[in-house]
Amino acid sequence: MASEKNVITITELTRQIKFSLESSFPRVWVEGEISNFKQHTSGHLYFTLKDEGAQLSALMWRSRVANLTFQPEDGMKVIVRGSITVYPPRGNYQLDADQIQPLGLGELQQAFERLKRKLDAEGLFDTDHKKPIPEFPEKIGIITSETGAALQDIRSVLSRRHPSVEVVLAPVRVQGAGAAEEIAGAIKYLNQFGGIDVLIVGRGGGSLEDLWAFNEEIVARAIYASKIPIISAVGHEIDFSIADFTADMRAPTPSAAAELVVRDRSELLEDIGNMCYTMHGALDNQVSGLRERTAGLVTSYSFNRPKDLVRKFSQRVDELDRSLDISYAHAAQRVHQKYSSLHLQLQALSPGGVLKRGYAIIRKEGRIVSSARLLGTNDLADIQLHDGTVGVKVEKGHLV
Amino acid sequence: MTAKKVVKNSLESSLKRLEEIVETLERGETSLDDAVNLYEEGVQISKQCAEKLKAAELKIKKLSRDIDGQFTLNEPDEA
Repeated sequence: MASEKNVITITELTRQIKFSLESSFPRVWVEGEISNFKQHTSGHLYFTLKDEGAQLSALMWRSRVANLTFQPEDGMKVIVRGSITVYPPRGNYQLDADQIQPLGLGELQQAFERLKRKLDAEGLFDTDHKKPIPEFPEKIGIITSETGAALQDIRSVLSRRHPSVEVVLAPVRVQGAGAAEEIAGAIKYLNQFGGIDVLIVGRGGGSLEDLWAFNEEIVARAIYASKIPIISAVGHEIDFSIADFTADMRAPTPSAAAELVVRDRSELLEDIGNMCYTMHGALDNQVSGLRERTAGLVTSYSFNRPKDLVRKFSQRVDELDRSLDISYAHAAQRVHQKYSSLHLQLQALSPGGVLKRGYAIIRKEGRIVSSARLLGTNDLADIQLHDGTVGVKVEKGHLV
Repeated sequence: MTAKKVVKNSLESSLKRLEEIVETLERGETSLDDAVNLYEEGVQISKQCAEKLKAAELKIKKLSRDIDGQFTLNEPDEA
């Protein structure tokens, strides 16, 4: 039975072929000769690529035709990049071209592509390896032609935006034989020079041939090896060089590199002014905050407690002082009275006092006679009374 | 030669320090003494920065090459 033999439709078969072919050849480079070249009124290109043994239908859509740098013609040998697609209504496969390069012509372009692929594969363009460009470089190394427009452009931008930077210029040839070696040497030298914060390597625009030094491997490797961040500034906006891919930052023109590398001085000064203003305000706030807090504390109840205590104590001290004075006066008076009475007693006891009361002192030969036995009959003696002394003779002495 | 760069008070580190001071003061968490010291330091730094930015003319040192293609500096580096 036919139905058991796995019959499928043409559409289904073509779909499977399309899937299988298109996923096997998503991108191919094909070399061949152009024939049956035809540019449709729609702008799309249709042609056949062939060599001795085979041929391949090819087309290029209008949007990509715009990128072609030459006019393809029958008989021209080319390399075409594209993908294989299947066109089901016609049952054929074709090359959907996105790039066509003439073979034999544009060797520089091909060398460029080859080197780019090689260095890319080696990781020279890796974003991980790219160094940050310093925000405020003070010493800028410039590697370019001493006489070129690039130097003038960079100089005028730096003078206008930020003249306080210092520039170290390594003059090099930027085209012709030996230029690449000079550029690479300058990168190496400025790395050893010391104190340089960032390098600008570049030149003004020109043809692919003019810019070639910046597509050379030796320059790419010197850029990659540089410890100082490098801004590439090669040519005008649309030209990308190998140096651009390798550099830490790409500027479309030398002027743009200078704009990128320094901040505008007046903006910077304004920023600094603003910071001072903010700083001043913040300190002011803190001071007035503290002032308020202090004022709050000074008038607070607890802060005034010690003062109250001190007042109370000083009052107490005054009181004590007063009572001390009083006690002292009393004591002094008592002592004085005591002294007076003792004085009187003492006076009463003195010999003069005793004589006044009628007593007498008897002396014999100047000595006080304290016993009757000391006086014999006819002895001479003196009798001292309170108002004078008299001499006497003993009529009847104790002594016989 | 490379040590020089670390020692010199670069504009970048000065401005970083200034930003740091402004932030600290704005938080207002330091003592008054510290705040006053920070403020003084900040004013000092901002003066230095402004001084540094004052130069009116771009200084360009040009290297020259000797016969072997080696670069040399004509004038002595004043720094």
